[in-house]
Amino acid sequence: MALEVPPELEKEIDERITHYPVSKRSAVLPVLHALQHHFRFINEESVEWAAAKLELEPIKVLEVVSFYPGIRQKAPGKYHIRVCRTLSCAMAGSYELMDSICEKAGIDRSGVTHHDPIALSEDGKFSIEFAECLASCGTGPVCLVEDDFHEAVTDVDALLSQYK
Amino acid sequence: MSQVKYIAGKEPHANESRVVFKNVDREGWDQSIETYIKDGGYEQQKKAFKMEPGDITEEVKKAGLRGRGGAGFPAGLKWSFLPPNNDKPVYLICNADESEPGTFKDRYIIHQDPHQLIEGMAISCFAVGAKLAYIYIREEFPEGAQILETAIEEAHKKGFLGKDILGTGFDLEIYVHRGAGAYICGEETGLIESLEGKRPYPRIKPPYFPAAMGLYLCPTIVNNVETLCHVKHIIGSGGEAWSKTGTPNNTGTRILCVSGDVQKPGYFEVQVGKVTLGELINDMCGGLKEGRKLKAVIPGGSSAKVLRADETFKVGRGDDEKEISIWDIPMDFDTLAACGSMAGSGGVIIMDDSRSMSWVINNLNNFYAHESCGQCTPCREGSLWMKKITDRVVAGKAAPSDIDQLDAVARNIDGRTICAFGEAASWPTESFVDKFRDELVADTKPELEEAFVNAESLTAAANLK
Amino acid sequence: MSDEKPDLVDVQIDGEWHQFPKGTRMIEACREAGVEVPHYCYHPKLSSPGNCRMCLVEMGMPPRPRPGDDPPEPDEDGHLPISWMPRPVIACANTVAPNMGIKTDGELTETCREGVMELLLANHPLDCPICDQAGECTLQEFSVEHGKGESNFREQKVKKPKNVDVGPRVRLDDERCIMCSRCIRFTDEIADDPVLGFTDRGSHTTLAVYPGKELANNYSLNTVDICPVGALTSNDFRFQMRVWFMKEVNTIDVNCATGANITVYQREGQIYRITPRQNNDVNSDWMPDSHRLNFHWIHGDDRLTDPLVKDGDSHRIATWQEALATTADKLAGIEGSEMAVIASARMTNEELLMVNRLVKHLDAGHVDTVPRDGESDDYLISADHNPNTNGVKLLLGLDKPGSQLDAIKKGINEGRIKALLCLQENLVEDGGFDAETLGKLDFFLTSYPLANPTADASDVVLPGACWAEKTGTMVNVTGRLQRLNRVVDGPGQTLEPWEIVRDLIQATGGGNGIYSALDIFKQLTEEVSKFADLTWGKIGDLGVPLIETGETIPLIEREKERIAQGIIVG
Repeated sequence: MALEVPPELEKEIDERITHYPVSKRSAVLPVLHALQHHFRFINEESVEWAAAKLELEPIKVLEVVSFYPGIRQKAPGKYHIRVCRTLSCAMAGSYELMDSICEKAGIDRSGVTHHDPIALSEDGKFSIEFAECLASCGTGPVCLVEDDFHEAVTDVDALLSQYK
Repeated sequence: MSQVKYIAGKEPHANESRVVFKNVDREGWDQSIETYIKDGGYEQQKKAFKMEPGDITEEVKKAGLRGRGGAGFPAGLKWSFLPPNNDKPVYLICNADESEPGTFKDRYIIHQDPHQLIEGMAISCFAVGAKLAYIYIREEFPEGAQILETAIEEAHKKGFLGKDILGTGFDLEIYVHRGAGAYICGEETGLIESLEGKRPYPRIKPPYFPAAMGLYLCPTIVNNVETLCHVKHIIGSGGEAWSKTGTPNNTGTRILCVSGDVQKPGYFEVQVGKVTLGELINDMCGGLKEGRKLKAVIPGGSSAKVLRADETFKVGRGDDEKEISIWDIPMDFDTLAACGSMAGSGGVIIMDDSRSMSWVINNLNNFYAHESCGQCTPCREGSLWMKKITDRVVAGKAAPSDIDQLDAVARNIDGRTICAFGEAASWPTESFVDKFRDELVADTKPELEEAFVNAESLTAAANLK
Repeated sequence: MSDEKPDLVDVQIDGEWHQFPKGTRMIEACREAGVEVPHYCYHPKLSSPGNCRMCLVEMGMPPRPRPGDDPPEPDEDGHLPISWMPRPVIACANTVAPNMGIKTDGELTETCREGVMELLLANHPLDCPICDQAGECTLQEFSVEHGKGESNFREQKVKKPKNVDVGPRVRLDDERCIMCSRCIRFTDEIADDPVLGFTDRGSHTTLAVYPGKELANNYSLNTVDICPVGALTSNDFRFQMRVWFMKEVNTIDVNCATGANITVYQREGQIYRITPRQNNDVNSDWMPDSHRLNFHWIHGDDRLTDPLVKDGDSHRIATWQEALATTADKLAGIEGSEMAVIASARMTNEELLMVNRLVKHLDAGHVDTVPRDGESDDYLISADHNPNTNGVKLLLGLDKPGSQLDAIKKGINEGRIKALLCLQENLVEDGGFDAETLGKLDFFLTSYPLANPTADASDVVLPGACWAEKTGTMVNVTGRLQRLNRVVDGPGQTLEPWEIVRDLIQATGGGNGIYSALDIFKQLTEEVSKFADLTWGKIGDLGVPLIETGETIPLIEREKERIAQGIIVG
């Protein structure tokens, strides 16, 4: 099934590609970001659309997609949460934060594996995963909810209530 | 700078010398180009664009500016590696992948003072002859990427970027390129591969030194955000004057990021070498937490070798050689190297006596196993192996001999890989085993030794997890 | 420096000084000095990513004096002392430099090799007993030479896909893969079919083909050859035979005029596998799958095993004597001008020399061969699908092989040609003849390896050896003279074509005195000026240029460019 890319999205993508006058291939990540922003994740159709757009073999796009945790291969919840896992945040309580969010949002992370790092809440509203160092080690524990950055998160109820 | 006022509660510490961070947390400050210009912004670009490009490089060399990204390599020297009589295009890439655990300085520059970076980049591009530049920013800074794109647009409109900048005939385009969550993209050749749309596999050096064969196999300069910002200030004050700040061979200011077990973690721009670790912890960060004692410090980002609180360090050469305690270490490149660690990216992680060193090294090993790109054998296989061993240590499923094996794996990575990730991944383990072996061994179970050496050892181990 | 030529540098390898051209890779310098450096990812025909780290060696350069210190003193040979670096370097991608030292036998190098071996095996399944690569696996080899001999790995191994169909002819076991990327580089750089790639990352990195896509190009099996481990195996060969039981014979491919150099693997008269053999002037290290796999028919049921003579509507088995006598009888009443000989451009030069003699002996009025014009694939497959058209031109004196065929057909149909000797050709299926035309002949003889409609139409059918069952020389598209070597015996009463022609000459009253293909080759060098001064030994395993044809092999030309650009060693 071919991907249906709205004209305004394709226009945005085409503009992004112009940022790489030497090699269209350079636009792989920007194209994937734009598609992910719109479709929420990158499935096979998106990979193939990006490959056709950039005149690449689809495996060369999949190589990139599967490398980066920032490109999701599975549909996230309405709000995707990334909790920083790395040392300073962990010292500041990021594992506890993860547990607390999961408990309050109704997320079961027991099935999480290397290949399937994202867990979804039962109602599909939230999805969550650990991220490596989000570069705000002085204000841990930190997390990203979609594009919103939250520092020194202690009140999980207050955090989640921002997302309807 | 006396007129600069800061947001209440976020005032710089008296030990600080704010240059690059001058506008961070500044009262009445915003990211707009109007605010920036009102404060004297883009004046250094105007000044630099009247200079000979080679003279700018000379000023940067005179300043002795060392890279703030991690390696501490002299920036002016890096620029001078561009091949003479080059007829290929030259590219400049700003490394804004800030991903060394413990480091959080570039975030604030990008979010609060984007034009400083753009001005620094424009001057640097003019110096090295780059007409196309990219800011490689990590994906986890979505707002930062947006801010930079807006700032670039503003600078374009004001004529600081684009065609025939300031009537010099010099053209420059800067684009923002977002990563997608990979520590390896902070390695400059991994970054270049990523920017080429490939898996960010670092390149072998030689022959792929970026200054000669970088982006699209053309000469390319890759500099950290903070480094590029300093270029603007070097042009402002002159390299000679700039080099008077800091200490010899460790010139200028740099931003130290403190996290972990202190009262007030945060960022501090100090003259390099003028502040000791003790001053940083006790004076600037409000000391350790109530009733706690210092146990260990990672002084330059998670890849730097850990320092033990009760160690003494031999620093200085010849007549200047002396033994100092951890508290008296001046936070500069050379001293931290002499202490067996490194100044790295300026990320200082403080650990007090409540911390289990097994837990700490396991956290870091998880990071490196997750971030190894997997291109070359030692790091690909070794980083996950180390993680699996320390997973067992913290789970109480390791035998004392596992600690020896942990160390052996690290030493099979160190110095054997394509890029510096090998050292980044192995130095933490090497140093934690070296300095906290007894504690790590204490977390193992001697009675498990038998299970590992008898005929069923593999099954036994497999059943553990 | 000592008395170096400007383009040569002095390099010390394991204590001995050698000279190498500037730009020589360290690994190649070591090889020339007789020191093998173990490696996995490096392949001289592909770009060098330096990822396996197996070729790490200790390296040193003259010490750089500190400011104010005296420069180091050269020894009596002009060599400076070497200051050894604490960090090892990869020998595959680094080039030699003046006064460089390389230590492959020191502690540092050995520790590195042991360490890399241990790490490569950490997550490897160690399933050698059921692995097709066993016996020719460099993991096995280097484990013996550089391994620890014991495992300290106490963890669960990483699980990866097994038994993956990556294409119609290639199968993948990802757990055996050591991520050397040779196959990816081959498909990207040589086959121009970039369908392979790595997915995931770190220790979970997985070689993959895109879902729904296939590694199906006609060069796919070369990835199996260059896979240093048992990750990629050939569907055709897997589980057929343990490699150590097979005998190898060096010969050439006869599926087209390129004449790719090959190694054929046989055991007890059965061929199990063909692999390309390196010849940088012909096929580099590669060959097309279609040629490589075109051998199973050799052991097929439709092989001719005995001479046959027509008996009524069918054929019956005869002895060679009877078949030859029958032939002589039939030809006795036919004039030379009423005879035609159609030979084959699949015959060796030696066979063609014999054909030439037969034609002269019979004074046959017509002679030609069957052309096989096809398309070049722009890699290694020549547009000429016959292997020895140049031999035909040289030895039968035919300017345009195949141009007489219509005249021969016409002559038969008009009754002017009464006898036709078809040597090693398939006239009905490949030569455009039909059974009706052939039926008009008074006498029709065919020698061929297989039963086919041409044989059906023949009065006498002789079992002629196929390419793998005979010895001789051929001239490829570029004019290179190459040796074809007998790999196995033909089935039953099969004879090599030169023997058949010799016997035909003898049966029809001609001379003899020939006992081997090498004898004919010797006569060739005496009788045909182009072959003068050549010996079997001089041709060697790689052949020698014989004539100028002005033709080139596309893949080889591209390879030369890449060598010139320094991308590959070559």
